[in-house]
Amino acid sequence: MAHDLQDRADAQVEDRPPGREGTRRRRGIRGGQGVAGWLFVAPTVAVLGLFLFVPIVMALWVSLSDWTGRGSPFSGDVGFVGFENYARILTEPGLTRSDFWTSIRNNVYYVLLVVPAQTVLALFLATVLNNQLLKAKGFFRTAFYFPSVTSSVAISLTFLFLFTGTGAVNTFLAFFGVDGPTWFSDSRGLLHLLGDGIGLWDTGSPPEALTGPSALGLSLWEWLAGPSVALSVIIILVVWTTTGTFLLMFLAALQDVPVEVEEAAVVDGANRWQRFRAVTLPHLRPTVLLVLTLGLIGTWQVFDQIYVMTDGGPAKTTLTPAFLSYFYAFESFEWGVAAAMSFVLFAIIFVLTTLQRFLFRDKDAAAERKAQRRQRGRGARGHRPGQAQAWGVQHSNTATSETGGGTE
Amino acid sequence: MSVTTEGRAGATATGTISGSGRGRRRAWQRPTTLLLGYGVLLVFSVVYVYPFLIQLATSFKTDVDAVGNPLSLWPDPVSFAAFERLGEVAFPLWAMNSTIVAVLVTAGRVFFNSLAGYALARLKFKGRDAVFTAVLAVLAVPGVILLIPKFLVLNQLGMYNSYSALVVPLLVDAAGVFIMKQFFESIPVSVEEAARIDGASTFRIFWSVVLPMAKPALITVTILSFQGSWNELPHFIVASNEPALYTLTKGVANLTSGQLGSGQQYPVTMAAALLMTIPVAVVFIVFQRYFVRGGTAGAEKG
Repeated sequence: MAHDLQDRADAQVEDRPPGREGTRRRRGIRGGQGVAGWLFVAPTVAVLGLFLFVPIVMALWVSLSDWTGRGSPFSGDVGFVGFENYARILTEPGLTRSDFWTSIRNNVYYVLLVVPAQTVLALFLATVLNNQLLKAKGFFRTAFYFPSVTSSVAISLTFLFLFTGTGAVNTFLAFFGVDGPTWFSDSRGLLHLLGDGIGLWDTGSPPEALTGPSALGLSLWEWLAGPSVALSVIIILVVWTTTGTFLLMFLAALQDVPVEVEEAAVVDGANRWQRFRAVTLPHLRPTVLLVLTLGLIGTWQVFDQIYVMTDGGPAKTTLTPAFLSYFYAFESFEWGVAAAMSFVLFAIIFVLTTLQRFLFRDKDAAAERKAQRRQRGRGARGHRPGQAQAWGVQHSNTATSETGGGTE
Repeated sequence: MSVTTEGRAGATATGTISGSGRGRRRAWQRPTTLLLGYGVLLVFSVVYVYPFLIQLATSFKTDVDAVGNPLSLWPDPVSFAAFERLGEVAFPLWAMNSTIVAVLVTAGRVFFNSLAGYALARLKFKGRDAVFTAVLAVLAVPGVILLIPKFLVLNQLGMYNSYSALVVPLLVDAAGVFIMKQFFESIPVSVEEAARIDGASTFRIFWSVVLPMAKPALITVTILSFQGSWNELPHFIVASNEPALYTLTKGVANLTSGQLGSGQQYPVTMAAALLMTIPVAVVFIVFQRYFVRGGTAGAEKG
């Protein structure tokens, strides 16, 4: 690699002992580290700068301009339009605004279901797995974790097949006499169905009181729809996929619960639930917060599954801000609006995670310090609460998704 | 029930008799608890494994069989038509692209991440803290909002629709730099000092002394990079629209809407999903330890 040779040469040049011309103060044998250090980080700084920082600044400009995707966004004939694009998303009545708020509505329902579900399921399975006498632990861990490392595209395709009208899931439900829906073409909201089920309203003719008032281009009735049947498949898929990663985090934390305290609780006659509440859960608090934060960041970025499975349909019930922003840019060529959407999405994620961090700041810091101490005690195998990457959550890139996503 | 007695025997063998005089075992060592635990885990592992088994079985089914018996794990008749049809939709080309990209990205990340990680951990230079803060800031940026920005910059640089667009932006990742930095910080300084006194250059020390000691971290970064670039989708969507540059994720994602239509050709999509899962599955099974480490360690709350 050219870089390699270059670095080597430079490093050697730099590391000659300073001659009389060396007017800089060098600290003995550590001379030349300044240049070497910069050479070492140069590739990283270049790539991250060129493909992360610079593009963000460019996109900020595009979100304030009327660029249509032709030519360069920096040419003379592209005009500055101020916050026009942001207004079209957030306030000006029109299709753009109602699309955007529909996607926000969908994503909010999605977050409200996915984040608690993946956290509780991961914690539950980790608690069960933490039994010392359990055999075949490795098998179970692998089974639960495997979906987290496989491609979101492959999993999405598999779920498309499982949830077809006559697919595996409906065949399974038919055993119990349940007539499953045609999942991916069913845009009915779960809350609508629930209300219909308990006799609150009739989805065929929704009550005036709800269809009348509207906000941001959606009627109250639409706001209250809940996630659609189609979106709930994606919710199931994501919970199924992400549980494994969080399960590992909980498992690592559970192994640090002090046995003496557990035993003391047993001697005091606490039953299993009391012990879990009083001993285990407080100890897991930092991990729970971490999982909630990662979940929150990941769930606002759902993209891959929408792209592969539904393209935002049926009836826009699986639109998410991330997918909508992609769609407006690459399919409708409304670049300014699309860029503005991604900044609004960024603001949402930023505000929510900052809020969360602020609420639990002190205890977090204490837990962090404790974890660091533990890590020093155990060397490089130590576990710290924190995040490696949104896996695609997922995925890479997702959660990093990955990056970011996840991994999702 | 033989299982119960077995469980009981096992529990007695290792059970601790607490001092309460009533021979009371820890609650989680009681056989009933253990049985219940097995029950829960078995049910959930079926839920987790069965979709993959269906994927595998359906790949060898005929279209009619796939639709008619979606739950069955026995193809009847066994058919290789799905795999033959994958050859017709440029699947081999996508696989080649994915392989090239994953190999280049992995090589680049391992090298550049460890260079940067070492500098941030060990070398004293002006602006080091600023660089590190920038790396942390990158970690905090949600990847999905970068779709449009990335396209803009690739377009501006004239890289759009080229191999370099697929590879170069992925060559460094902040999380990997972080993992390497943390590892290098755990290596004792004395080793390097000895080499330095012997007159070795900085790069020489890094290359011949420190890197060989960093094997576990290097393997972690290798695996995460391979898995990450192999499974990546959004970046490849915005980096090119040239069919010759499709990777597996992009090509297969378009199978449902693209050349094959969204008809009843499930064996083809299942075969595609199966084949693109295999490399990652192999790496995962061989290096599972490192996956776990990468998933739970090397982390920071900025």
